[in-house]
Amino acid sequence: MMSRRADTAAPRGGSLMRLRGLVRKEFLQVVRDKSSIGIAFLLPTVLLLLFGYGVSLDAKHVPIAIVVQQPSADTARLVGVFQGSEYFDPSVMLSTREAVAAMEQGRVKAIVHVRANFADRLRADPGAPIQVIVNGVDANTARLIQGYVQGAWQSWLAATARADGLILPPAVDVQHRIWFNPGVRSRDFLVPGLIPLVMVLIGALLTALVMAREWERGTMESLLVTPVTIREILVGKLAAYFSLGLGGMLLSVFMATWLFGVPLRGSFWVLLLASSLFLVVALGMGLLISTVARNQFVASQVAILSTYLPTFILSGFIFDIGSMPKPIQVITYAIPARYFVSILQTVFLAGDVWPVILPNMLALLAMAVVLLGLTRLRLKKRLQ
Amino acid sequence: MWNRVAALVLKEFLALLKDPRSRTVIIVPPLLQLLVFGYAATFDLNDIPYAVYNEDPGQPSRDLLARFASSDNFRLVETVARESDIGPLIDRRRVLLVLHVRRTFSRDLYRGGSGELQVLLDGRNSNTALVALGYVQIVVNGFNTEWAASHGQREPPAHLVTRAWFNPNLESRWFIVPGIAALLTLVVTLLVTALSVARERENGTFDQLLVAPYRPWEILIGKSVPGFVIGLGEASVIILAAVFWFQVPLVGSLVALYGGLVVFLFCVIGVGLMVSSLAVTQQQGLLGAFLFLVPAIILSGFATPIADMPPAVQRLTLINPMRYIVEIVRRVFLEGATVSDLSGQLWPMAVIGVVTLTAATWLFRHRMQ
Repeated sequence: MMSRRADTAAPRGGSLMRLRGLVRKEFLQVVRDKSSIGIAFLLPTVLLLLFGYGVSLDAKHVPIAIVVQQPSADTARLVGVFQGSEYFDPSVMLSTREAVAAMEQGRVKAIVHVRANFADRLRADPGAPIQVIVNGVDANTARLIQGYVQGAWQSWLAATARADGLILPPAVDVQHRIWFNPGVRSRDFLVPGLIPLVMVLIGALLTALVMAREWERGTMESLLVTPVTIREILVGKLAAYFSLGLGGMLLSVFMATWLFGVPLRGSFWVLLLASSLFLVVALGMGLLISTVARNQFVASQVAILSTYLPTFILSGFIFDIGSMPKPIQVITYAIPARYFVSILQTVFLAGDVWPVILPNMLALLAMAVVLLGLTRLRLKKRLQ
Repeated sequence: MWNRVAALVLKEFLALLKDPRSRTVIIVPPLLQLLVFGYAATFDLNDIPYAVYNEDPGQPSRDLLARFASSDNFRLVETVARESDIGPLIDRRRVLLVLHVRRTFSRDLYRGGSGELQVLLDGRNSNTALVALGYVQIVVNGFNTEWAASHGQREPPAHLVTRAWFNPNLESRWFIVPGIAALLTLVVTLLVTALSVARERENGTFDQLLVAPYRPWEILIGKSVPGFVIGLGEASVIILAAVFWFQVPLVGSLVALYGGLVVFLFCVIGVGLMVSSLAVTQQQGLLGAFLFLVPAIILSGFATPIADMPPAVQRLTLINPMRYIVEIVRRVFLEGATVSDLSGQLWPMAVIGVVTLTAATWLFRHRMQ
């Protein structure tokens, strides 16, 4: 009775106290279940180490077969160019049969075939063909290999022309400069791209699970019959998992910059602000999933399929959004990670480019508002 | 005895499928994912936004740029008049690349030298930048060949004749979609088995199961069969969709494909049951599943090639069953591999399967006492 009266007399102070109690409860829950800490810190560390050390899209030392049926000075120069390139790991073979067998067994990724009459046709009019066969199963790597072979062929042409005293300039010479990542290190975009994955795991997956468990055990209902309001429950949950998610994010940023030497060209505070926004969105998704799904199994499946995998594939983290079919591009607008990945790639590699950062942040803000509003609505409905 | 096991299997299926939400979750999302990812997960670029900064008034530069304008892979966003406009265009991601033709381009060409085309690329995603650069080179090569022919220049002494085997048009989709079959089979089967025991522990029904006259291995079979059947069923649906919807050629033997999938499912169920017997709560089960799932996917060659990984990590992938099934599925689909071609993948996976299933049985007995 006393507390009731105090509550009506000073609703603000009472609300704050209740909130403090709720936040404390949530934190204790997190600290006591080691798997929460595991999802928040162990998983990001494993992910970052794997991506940082293990994953790369830079094909180097590609094993190829060079079939030379009749060695000559010209073919020796060709083989020399391939041997001197860091992109290739060539083995010279004498017959096509040997090379085809190697390709079928997956020992080489491409065959460069120089015919027996190479030397004769070399200085005749249409020129001698150099046959190149790549294994096209991995189309991306195959395309890179084709580009490297082309480069090797051009250096060979230049060397041959010099040896023959000829000058053979191509009509157009392409000079390229790759901004923001001149060394073309794929690690520099893969490692920052992991931050949304880590935060989605904590924000959406963990939150969805914890809430679903409370529904399953009925502790949610007992919370709801106490004088706490729905808003307070939501804020309590958000506060606990927000700090956990931010911890995971800081850990990821620290490892990216210190361990893997990814440059952070923009400001840390912009990064922090964007991450906080994204985290609120992720938490909103987690809360919404848990109110829709009644049990942990369903919640976990929905969380993985609707948050984790789209963050991996539809966010522009690895795959270019502009090249996806139009209907899929429309779907990507509903994936919050899309906006966050764009901010991250810009803040890490390009700097504080506000025309990119601002619209993306606004989109995240709008999503946060919508998701939290929906969760509140669903919670209210469930109670009636 | 087999009747008892059958009853147990039936019970597990009912536990999994009686709740309409669990049922939906097992069937609908994987198919949606296949559709979305099948279309989305591609490294090909078909819409490269670019800008042009042309300082050269001559005809050759216009001819060269017309080739880009008419290419299906490129989309002209803006023509720039000042060098200082280039920076903001790239910074703001309005274009992926800028083609810069210098003032002396045509003059150099007419004198028999090389005209320089400068390409400035947004390297925020360095792989996309490299792929785009390759496309630029293809357009330029076309121009060079035509220029040499029409201006009576001698052809180069040798030229490349390039072909791609197994995937002649180098479509990423042919590479990704079979991989998704392996990926979704892994995810669904692992989650079904990894959470099954933990769910019963939380509900308290596990104790009832233990006091029932079942041997541990019978309980294990009961827990394995649903994951196996659902995994295999889902894989079949995805394979059908890959062939009939995405038109990925399936040239190899179905025996090799299903042989590989069955062995792979044993590995996954072994891992799932290990996690299951260790986890007390479903949350722990999920953490365990994830700690296996994430590295297994990343180190499988599904999205990034194993050959590009450092040697130490490449050796680590040898204990990853996902690595073998991804290779099996792709080689059966595209290269037409048969069982004997794939023995190098099948036997390591079989060893992994035996090890994980044995470990799971041991852990299960151990935790029950």
